[in-house]
Amino acid sequence: MTIDRNLVEYLEKLGRIRLTEEEKVAAEKDLQDILTYIDTLNELDTDGIEPASHSFPVANVMRDDIVTNKADTENILKNAPDSKDGCFVVPKTVE
Amino acid sequence: MKNICEMTALEISTAIKNKEITVEEAVNAFFDVIDKYDTKLHCYNTVCKDEALKRAKEVQQGIDSGKYTGRLAGVPIGVKDNICTKDILTTCSSKILENFIPTYNATVINRLNDEGMVVIGKLNMDEFAMGSTTETSATGVTHNPWDIEKVPGGSSGGAAVAVAAKLSPVTLGSDTGGSIRQPCSFCGVTGLKPTYGAVSRYGLVAYASSLDQIGPIGKDVDDCAALFSVIQGKDEKDGTSMVYDKFDFDKAVSGEIKGKKIGIPEDYLGEGINEDVKASILAAADKFRELGAEVEMFKMPIAKYAIPTYYIIACAEACSNLSRYDGIKYGYSSKNSENLLDRYVMSRSEGFGMEVKRRIMLGNFVLSSGYYDAYYNKALKAKKLIQNAFFDAFEKFDMILGPVAPTTALKMGESLSDPLKMYLGDIYTVMINIAGLPSFSAPCGFDADGMPIGMQLIGKPFCEAEIMSAAKAFQNATDYHTKLPTLD
Repeated sequence: MTIDRNLVEYLEKLGRIRLTEEEKVAAEKDLQDILTYIDTLNELDTDGIEPASHSFPVANVMRDDIVTNKADTENILKNAPDSKDGCFVVPKTVE
Repeated sequence: MKNICEMTALEISTAIKNKEITVEEAVNAFFDVIDKYDTKLHCYNTVCKDEALKRAKEVQQGIDSGKYTGRLAGVPIGVKDNICTKDILTTCSSKILENFIPTYNATVINRLNDEGMVVIGKLNMDEFAMGSTTETSATGVTHNPWDIEKVPGGSSGGAAVAVAAKLSPVTLGSDTGGSIRQPCSFCGVTGLKPTYGAVSRYGLVAYASSLDQIGPIGKDVDDCAALFSVIQGKDEKDGTSMVYDKFDFDKAVSGEIKGKKIGIPEDYLGEGINEDVKASILAAADKFRELGAEVEMFKMPIAKYAIPTYYIIACAEACSNLSRYDGIKYGYSSKNSENLLDRYVMSRSEGFGMEVKRRIMLGNFVLSSGYYDAYYNKALKAKKLIQNAFFDAFEKFDMILGPVAPTTALKMGESLSDPLKMYLGDIYTVMINIAGLPSFSAPCGFDADGMPIGMQLIGKPFCEAEIMSAAKAFQNATDYHTKLPTLD
């Protein structure tokens, strides 16, 4: 797998991050090194193997539908960069 | 009487029960050494003196009145900074959480409190637990107390150093691909990566949810067993936490090992391993034989594919888990943004360090359309093969012995400039997380420069007591775990 500038920029977009020019150059090289190594996995024969998700069998875990926590709006909003009237404030999204 | 900071956690608790010392004296003893040495070592991101001293008084009353009777009642403890503590800063050593104060406790913190333990501070780590050296921390690197020019390992570097340097009697770390075991190995202390599901992850800031586990670090098996028995057990807030036979503390510290079958994967002693590390592991194998165990080599060729499998799965989960950091709800928020998308992008770009960004990109790559099958799905199939390899091994052996890391602690800066090199150092640890197994890390020697070497004993699912008992037999017969660095 070859990593090029276009792919790096596509991954920035998917990850909602923006790299500086210097970081892009480094990312291209580092991701290339890492993926070249990761590609050794292709040697491993996995034909007919079922992909594993969990380490151990886990069924859906349910509990009774009872409210056990209460809205802690005031405290939660203390961590928000900006809030107003019990809500998070975001930049204007609709003209 | 021994100096309080020299004591094990169990000794401190006994001294408190016998009224030789008070909880407050115990807590203050650690604050004194933290004041004295932590400017040099930087284990702690946050030291919570006011909260801890207030709590110490409550705990003392609780012990006096018979409310707290547990094995570790009154013992101070430092906690890795990715475990949520109500009203106490929890930063994950990241700029993006530099001001984050949780409104709730992780389940493990509630369990420490129920035991009557006192949280004294939050410990440094690689940013979001992504790294093997603690160098990716946004708060600065933690130094290895054996040689301050060397890394402590990671990501639970602060948690391992705090125990080695006696700045906390025991600590809690977390292990996603070796993050408890490897720093224990580099710092000469003892630690447990529990079976996946043995300890609730509720309130542990997620890195790779299918691999993350919280575990204890201490000076010896007994302290780790005592702390593990406090934190383990089913929690309805974590659907992956499991019910199983309650952890048997007495069995874990019994030191029984006679007749046990121990396997060593040849592939763990092959290319790339430092000769001193290899020699120490072989010497440990001889010691186990002497103690009455049968030790045998076996082949585990799948080990070669552990790192690619791990980094695909871990990064895929990380990029998804870290999508919650948006600069809106909590954490760092960029001022350099005009619109909503910009707010997300700039907050994340300014808030995350490079290693985190790299893993987000790698994760998005392996999950992206066109590459999902070739990478992510392939890794899940490899995961199945890795699990099978361990199941096969456990048909024959009770436990598996191997090195924790191919080398001892490296000089600072060596792996920071070369991420692949850092990833390769995880070769012996990541498979255990992929298979969800318990693994116990304990000191077993020193290299030519006097740096500690660690071994790991890997057990069957939920057989923590069995591997700890084997490690206890080893600690009964050796003194590596009693050697700790001098700081002055």
